[in-house]
Amino acid sequence: MHGAGPNLAFWVLAALTLVSAGGVMVSRNLLHAVLFLIVSFLGVAGFFILLSAPFLGMAQIIIYVGAIAVLVLFAILLTPRAGRDNGETRWAAPGVLLSIALMAVLLFVITDTKWTTAKDAPEITAADLGQALLSTWVLPFEIASVLLTAALIGSIMLVRSPEEEAEDALQ
Amino acid sequence: MSIYDSWSAVMMAVIAGFILIGTALMATRLLAPFARERAKGVSYECGMLPIGRNWAQVHVRYYLIAILFLLFDVETVFLFPWVVQMRVYDYWVFYEVLTFVGVLGLGLAYAWRRGVLEWK
Amino acid sequence: MTVGLEHFLVVGALLFCLGLAVALSKRNAIGVLMGIELMLNAVNLTLLSFSRFQDTPHKVAGQTFVVFVITVAAAEAAVALALAVSVYRNRQTVDVDQLNLLKS
Repeated sequence: MHGAGPNLAFWVLAALTLVSAGGVMVSRNLLHAVLFLIVSFLGVAGFFILLSAPFLGMAQIIIYVGAIAVLVLFAILLTPRAGRDNGETRWAAPGVLLSIALMAVLLFVITDTKWTTAKDAPEITAADLGQALLSTWVLPFEIASVLLTAALIGSIMLVRSPEEEAEDALQ
Repeated sequence: MSIYDSWSAVMMAVIAGFILIGTALMATRLLAPFARERAKGVSYECGMLPIGRNWAQVHVRYYLIAILFLLFDVETVFLFPWVVQMRVYDYWVFYEVLTFVGVLGLGLAYAWRRGVLEWK
Repeated sequence: MTVGLEHFLVVGALLFCLGLAVALSKRNAIGVLMGIELMLNAVNLTLLSFSRFQDTPHKVAGQTFVVFVITVAAAEAAVALALAVSVYRNRQTVDVDQLNLLKS
């Protein structure tokens, strides 16, 4: 990665992503946490573009920012009495300690290893991805549709209770 | 010309957008008169003070529509790489994609049966 | 100093640990899910940085993996949030400290 532009973009995106992920951690209101989460997702999308995967950057934006964030917002609005509260659980201190320990281990491993890296990488377009998806990974491709259908049916079963349907039928 | 050069236009647009919206927000903050009083936060200008929090109900229908939107969004991500090179592939690849869409269509048919798509 | 593989890996590791801290310390089940989404994003970032920087003929493989991770994350978010909504309807709370019916 050479030139001033990509290097500058890396540092700006790193600051944006990590600061807004920290915002998710510290904000008390869950709605503010979702807004921080959206900024963090956008930062990760920028990283994808920087890592010469522009199609995945767009996928990240339309799925995470466009759909999952909206889903989380609806879930917060559907749980009105519990939804705004974003306090910590009793196990917060051990959890934070555990993640700090994991961070120490990961940082040690990353800095200690001698990585051999390629100088320059070609951009991988959506067309290359499509050829891989439809030839080598065609079975996971089909299973993904089964997974999505199962998720759809499961969430409809969970959210739409039989009583509610009977109630709707009476009206 | 590396791919980063073509993205510099995007960065220019982002910076220009921030400046544009930032100046608009700053201008309203500086130019508009505003008074910060407690009475401004009250729900009803005349009448009793409301007790407790608001109880704005969101119907679960919105959530189900959002789930449908999410799943078909993911479907788009799978179909787009195929569509950009549709004519290059062999004919049987079309049936692979058709199976993919068909299985998701079963899920949509189920949602239809259960009345998720109806809006009363 | 040019940005290399290590820098991306460090950002991925920090994002993963922040997500882990969010997932372990939030009291609200939806907050826990937000932490899990952050962790999945960090994993995707790490996968893509290896795909970009490692000298391998299978560069598309890393990106394909990311597509499937995004798919699984979407399905998981839909079902987990539906579970949270369903639990809220029965118990009027999504506080993970109070959801202890399985405890004897």
